[in-house]
Amino acid sequence: MTHKYLHIPRLMRVYVWELPVRLYHWLNAAAIIALIITGFYIANPLALMSNKDASHQYIMGWVRYIHFAAAYIFFFNFLFRLYWGFVGNKYANWRQFIPTSKRFVKELWAVFKIDILMMKKNGKQQEHLSIGHNAMAGFIYFLTFLAFLVQCLTGFGLYASMSSWWLPKLFSWVPAILGGDIVTRQIHHWAMWFFILFAVIHVYLVFYHDYVEGRGETSSMVGGFKFIEQEVFEKNMPQTPNPEKKK
Amino acid sequence: MLPEQPTYYQEVQRKGYSRRDFVKFVSIMTAFIGLEQSAIGQVTKALETKPRMPVIWLHFQECTCCSESFIRSSHPIVADILLDKISLDYSETLMAASGTQAEAALRNTMTKYKGQYILCVEGSVPMGADGVYCMIGGKTSLQILNEVSEGAAAIIAWGSCASNGCVQAARPNPTQATPIHKLITNKPIIKVPGCPPIGEVMAGVIVHYLTYGKIPELDKLGRPKAFYNKRVHDTCYRRPFYDAGLFVESFDDENAKKGYCLYKMGCKGPSTYNACGVTKWNGGTSFPIQSGHPCIGCSEANFWDNGGFYERASAFPGFGIEANADDLGKVALGVTGAALTIHAIATNIGKSNLIHEHQVEGIESEHELKS
Repeated sequence: MTHKYLHIPRLMRVYVWELPVRLYHWLNAAAIIALIITGFYIANPLALMSNKDASHQYIMGWVRYIHFAAAYIFFFNFLFRLYWGFVGNKYANWRQFIPTSKRFVKELWAVFKIDILMMKKNGKQQEHLSIGHNAMAGFIYFLTFLAFLVQCLTGFGLYASMSSWWLPKLFSWVPAILGGDIVTRQIHHWAMWFFILFAVIHVYLVFYHDYVEGRGETSSMVGGFKFIEQEVFEKNMPQTPNPEKKK
Repeated sequence: MLPEQPTYYQEVQRKGYSRRDFVKFVSIMTAFIGLEQSAIGQVTKALETKPRMPVIWLHFQECTCCSESFIRSSHPIVADILLDKISLDYSETLMAASGTQAEAALRNTMTKYKGQYILCVEGSVPMGADGVYCMIGGKTSLQILNEVSEGAAAIIAWGSCASNGCVQAARPNPTQATPIHKLITNKPIIKVPGCPPIGEVMAGVIVHYLTYGKIPELDKLGRPKAFYNKRVHDTCYRRPFYDAGLFVESFDDENAKKGYCLYKMGCKGPSTYNACGVTKWNGGTSFPIQSGHPCIGCSEANFWDNGGFYERASAFPGFGIEANADDLGKVALGVTGAALTIHAIATNIGKSNLIHEHQVEGIESEHELKS
């Protein structure tokens, strides 16, 4: 029976997502969920028919409090992730997100052909293997970072006039440039939909990769490990981009 | 500086007001412009000693609601002295002179007090069709504005028209109505937006300028901080209902009778910077929210185009007036869901061999293991 065992490829464990990256990811997810739920409530609060006095409840107050608290977590978490893009491992590096090389663009095209158009090569089904983010994912995350920026700017811009702290006040120029709080609020609301659509696609693709490739995509954001076949590992070893290495 | 000009206090006396009336007026104005109590002396001294300020008040594309608001300011001295006297030089609405005489008065003030007069502008300037939409004495608004602003010490842009264009600048802005700050860039401009601004606010801006001889501290949008640094929402007496989550759902419901927050009726108080909640209108009688109507945000730029007055969610540009961001978002979500479903099906077909290989591998391994 050993012959059967032999043809099953040996999987190598690769530590892809460091602990700070994983903490960032889940904190970010929790903050975004809290921000979206409270944001919807703030935009269109539920109809409460209450005989209580206003002094006995503080529902909108609490919802806004959660929104602002989550916004601070989101903001500092985002700043931390930017920092980690310079000190973290190669899979966390900023080069994974911004198309700076021909190779990046080529990989974008390859992912598009293989994972979206499902194109075959010589009649054979293809699979695109990347250990960290593939170029497409990296680039989409770059767009989400821009969306983070939009939300931080508009959010803190709106918050500036309610706050006495210098940090939100740094953003008071945002509504001034955009033409007032009404417009700023609208942009803040529109941009939220990007997060919802992103989350849906993101979760789907995690499942997709796990389903098609079976390399522990989903659990990698919990434990940090992904698994690749030894032969793939050996084949990729010399080509593995190492941005930390300087020529 | 201007020896032949009487001081404000002299004018007050001439009009028959008592010293007591005068001091009351000064106290009220000092409070309105947000100065501390000790500044009452400063303001009093300024009005006693400084000669009255020459003012030219121009009317372009507007409805004169700013002037109307001003003369209804709570304290009679505001109308009697500040407006009567300051605008005596030239004001299309209130001056006695007309025709050639009026134009002569304007020219006279411009040359005599060059570099000293305050230019108050009510209304926007139409730039379309070479400015024919608003012409006075054969000149376009732009020509007049350029000429008169040349020798002005400072410009006060009264109301939303002069500050940001107001209704005539709403899409599609047929006359290309343009606010003052986009046309004049070399003079200090105080924007006093509102449709109209509160009379006391207008008086406060003038008294501040008189007292200190310089424009008041402005915010990033060029509005005096003393009146425009707080949102209507932050000073609204219905705010506790907002924080409690108690809202009017329709204008005739029980909640409306109870005076709950008008947020869901489209109140723009949370994004409008004005002094309505504090100073109120008509001598502190009321303001729109107190009368049961949501704030329409009349002192905010572009408030005519920023969504309906009675709804919070505004139309998404380019998709007609019915589609707001949430409707579009739901459609986008549906499209995304459909696309992902198609992709999932395509995956099971297009990647069947790969998936099958992994499954076989996994099942084989499972068989290999001892139970």
